[in-house]
Amino acid sequence: MSLPESRLTNLRRLEAESIHIIREVAAEFSNPVMLYSIGKDSGVMLHLAMKAFYPSKPPFPLLHVDTTWKFRDMITFRDETAAKLGLDLIVHTNQDGVAKGINPFDHGSSVHTHIMKTEALKQALDKYGFDAAFGGARRDEEKSRAKERVFSFRNASHGWDPKNQRPELWNLYNARVAKGESIRAFPLSNWTELDIWQYILTENIPMVPLYLAARRPVVNRDGMLIMVDDARMKLLPGEVVEDKMIRFRTLGCYPLTGAIESDADTLPAIVREMLIARTSERQGRLIDQDEAASMEKKKREGYF
Amino acid sequence: MSGTERILSAEEAVTDYVLAQEAKDQLRFLTCGSVDDGKSTLIGRLLYDTKLIFEDQLATLEKDSRKHGTVGDEIDLALLVDGLEAEREQGITIDVAYRFFATDKRKFIVADTPGHEQYTRNMATGASTADLAVLLVDARQGLMVQTRRHAFIASLLGIRHVVLAVNKIDLVDYAKDRFDDIRTEFEQFANGFDFESLVAIPMSARFGDNVTVKSDRMPWYDGPALLEHLEAVEVGEHELDAPFRFPVQWVNRPNLDFRGYSGTIASGRVSVGDELVVAGPAKTSRVARIIAPEGNVSEARAGEAVTLTLADEIDISRGDLLASPADRPDVADQMAAHVIWMADEPMLPGRSYLLKIGAKTVTATVTEIKHKINVNTFEHMAGKTLDLNEIAFCNLATAAPVAFDPYEVNKATGSFILIDRLTNATVGAGLVWFALRRATNIHWQALDIDRQARADKLGQTPAVLWFTGLSGSGKSTIASIVEKKLHLEGRHTYTLDGDNVRHGLNKDLGFTDADRVENIRRVGEVARLMTDAGLITLVSFISPFRSERQMARELMGDGEFIEIFVDTPIEECKTRDPKGLYAKAERGEIKNFTGIDSPYEAPEYPEIHLNNVGRDPEDVADEVIGYLKDKGMIG
Repeated sequence: MSLPESRLTNLRRLEAESIHIIREVAAEFSNPVMLYSIGKDSGVMLHLAMKAFYPSKPPFPLLHVDTTWKFRDMITFRDETAAKLGLDLIVHTNQDGVAKGINPFDHGSSVHTHIMKTEALKQALDKYGFDAAFGGARRDEEKSRAKERVFSFRNASHGWDPKNQRPELWNLYNARVAKGESIRAFPLSNWTELDIWQYILTENIPMVPLYLAARRPVVNRDGMLIMVDDARMKLLPGEVVEDKMIRFRTLGCYPLTGAIESDADTLPAIVREMLIARTSERQGRLIDQDEAASMEKKKREGYF
Repeated sequence: MSGTERILSAEEAVTDYVLAQEAKDQLRFLTCGSVDDGKSTLIGRLLYDTKLIFEDQLATLEKDSRKHGTVGDEIDLALLVDGLEAEREQGITIDVAYRFFATDKRKFIVADTPGHEQYTRNMATGASTADLAVLLVDARQGLMVQTRRHAFIASLLGIRHVVLAVNKIDLVDYAKDRFDDIRTEFEQFANGFDFESLVAIPMSARFGDNVTVKSDRMPWYDGPALLEHLEAVEVGEHELDAPFRFPVQWVNRPNLDFRGYSGTIASGRVSVGDELVVAGPAKTSRVARIIAPEGNVSEARAGEAVTLTLADEIDISRGDLLASPADRPDVADQMAAHVIWMADEPMLPGRSYLLKIGAKTVTATVTEIKHKINVNTFEHMAGKTLDLNEIAFCNLATAAPVAFDPYEVNKATGSFILIDRLTNATVGAGLVWFALRRATNIHWQALDIDRQARADKLGQTPAVLWFTGLSGSGKSTIASIVEKKLHLEGRHTYTLDGDNVRHGLNKDLGFTDADRVENIRRVGEVARLMTDAGLITLVSFISPFRSERQMARELMGDGEFIEIFVDTPIEECKTRDPKGLYAKAERGEIKNFTGIDSPYEAPEYPEIHLNNVGRDPEDVADEVIGYLKDKGMIG
């Protein structure tokens, strides 16, 4: 075998960088956790964590913040994945929110997301005393993400101060935090959506079937195709449930996640569709449609 | 249909395409320029023209352009990259933003860094991971002071490939003469830097001339468009040719049968069977297995994240550096390095910081600023402290020896960051120049009579009673009573008092922050020698900074340092004002007076917290004696 002479390919460079970040967090923090949202980015991040520590298991648990409104397929996939990989999975739900009956239909996406996601996440981090949390966010997703550090510092109330971020040079990450403070670590910072799919394809990483097109029951609400995933979804006057060939580009709470009509029922077909895509992936998320700067506001409050 | 002429299905075609894309490499570059040179517009143009701006992003952009745009009714491409709300409203970029685009040949990661003088920090950050720098100049303005600064920082951070983007060429009527003048001037100026490639390109980011494709408005220009150059430039991998270096990041120990060392190969290559040495302890072994992300491999190279197992069981932990025995790194506790300061609070020589190099973190101090560098003129200047965005050539000392290479030879093993021990902020970045040998030649004199023997002879437990508080708080009064009481009990004591020491040992020091740090460092060292001699040492110093009190604490043995906070509010001190100093300070006759125009950082967790208002000093002193009795330090 000859020595490799050419530069590392883009995917190999990204993979190595992510593994480096994941190991650094495991080595520097006393109680890290990996946020597992069950989506494709989480899937890639988990796959990289398995590689980073092989033959050991990743030395941290997975945490899923369950709003109780995730697609049923996601929950099945989550439990199967944790069992198959032999990892500890913590599922946290904001019980106050459940008691108050918070739901996306009556309270809207912004209140629901704040209470069942942002607040729930803070509760879980406080409850278990995690000093570092991995997230699968990428800098190419959204403008305020483009300036986020790989090790993103959060104060004791989980707030993010975009004007007071630690400089980050080379691959030297500052992991020092005082009691109560924490770091959100983003190993996929430099990946793009295309990189993610390309990696899933070449590494054959299992994904929730909802990414692949199938006939599913949907209603058209406010210009978005919302899947009727369970009986809690009540139809508004004039709405009819139709079976359509659809798939999802991102996954979240089913009442807030728009589907796209598609025939792409295999991974290569998805990539093909993506290469000729005319809309970016976040379009499917109701949460981002308010204001361009909405993400920055959410992140200051502790959203991932 | 014959097998060889089979028509590919659409799906197979995509799979083939994606697999072909896998061979793509990655180029990281940064763009830098002055405020109005059009950096953000250029990146916006690259994103726009490479068709990666999707329609909905475009719709948002059009909406935002009407609100914030600075180019009338046209789409303001800069808004694509100016991310945070505050900076969009100010119309300037204030932080490093990372952007992504790809062509069929390469994926690009762009660091967009601001051009203001006060943001040198951000440019250094972007430059630290970049393969290439695009320096923008406005064709109307030509080279600016900032252009020189950017070239210097790029060169200092080891960037070897530079593009001089002569932007807004449309505003000088696409004039060849103007472009040639700027290029020639830059080439002459950049001669002193060690750039491997330097390409000047005339362009208009706003109108897209020579950005992604060659413009027909400048037939006189026969070079490539920017994107053509970025796709083709060979940036090489110098770390591949350097000797093998592997900072151990994590010890992988799933069970007794497996012990692996995980990390990212900093430089060179490694094969199964290679001999490796642990830098420092100099223990050697051979590589038994290499586990890469794809599984077991027979060899690996710089940039890959792997796990190595060795043939012998040797003691290796996180922070150790594995190296090629034929070409070893330096191991020393003193080094000379360039330091870029990144914090509002100045760097003070003598103050202790955390230094993170590779996977190792040690405490370190800057022992001396050799010279500061004026980033605009490159002149060397004297300096006692280092302010935000300043660069200096310094000597540093670390608490334990560390392994490193000069940055010039190896970026990964020659770079470090400095972290403030109290705020945990990243306050500086360093580039190692060379090891200072003198550190290795001074060995501790081994003494036959040790500190224990001396303390036993005196029949006491040595300690440092460190009184801190504002001027006029009553430190010296209380310390003096405490010493008398100890003396009466037959204890051997000595008092170091701020005013007295400043007349002798420290008479060369003033009251600037840097001198205050040195003042405390010396007193801490003297107090240590006195505890070595077995004495109970009373130190009565304002000692306003937490860091220095922490430094003094760390000089002593466990439990030997007793911090006593003489807590008297400043209003009370001003009323007392035994030496009339507050009155002078308030008239401006004394500068840098603690509590007036220089801060006092109160102890957070002192061993003894003395409230000294309206109490008899005898009672207050008894509180200290009581503490020592409770701890069994005196009978």
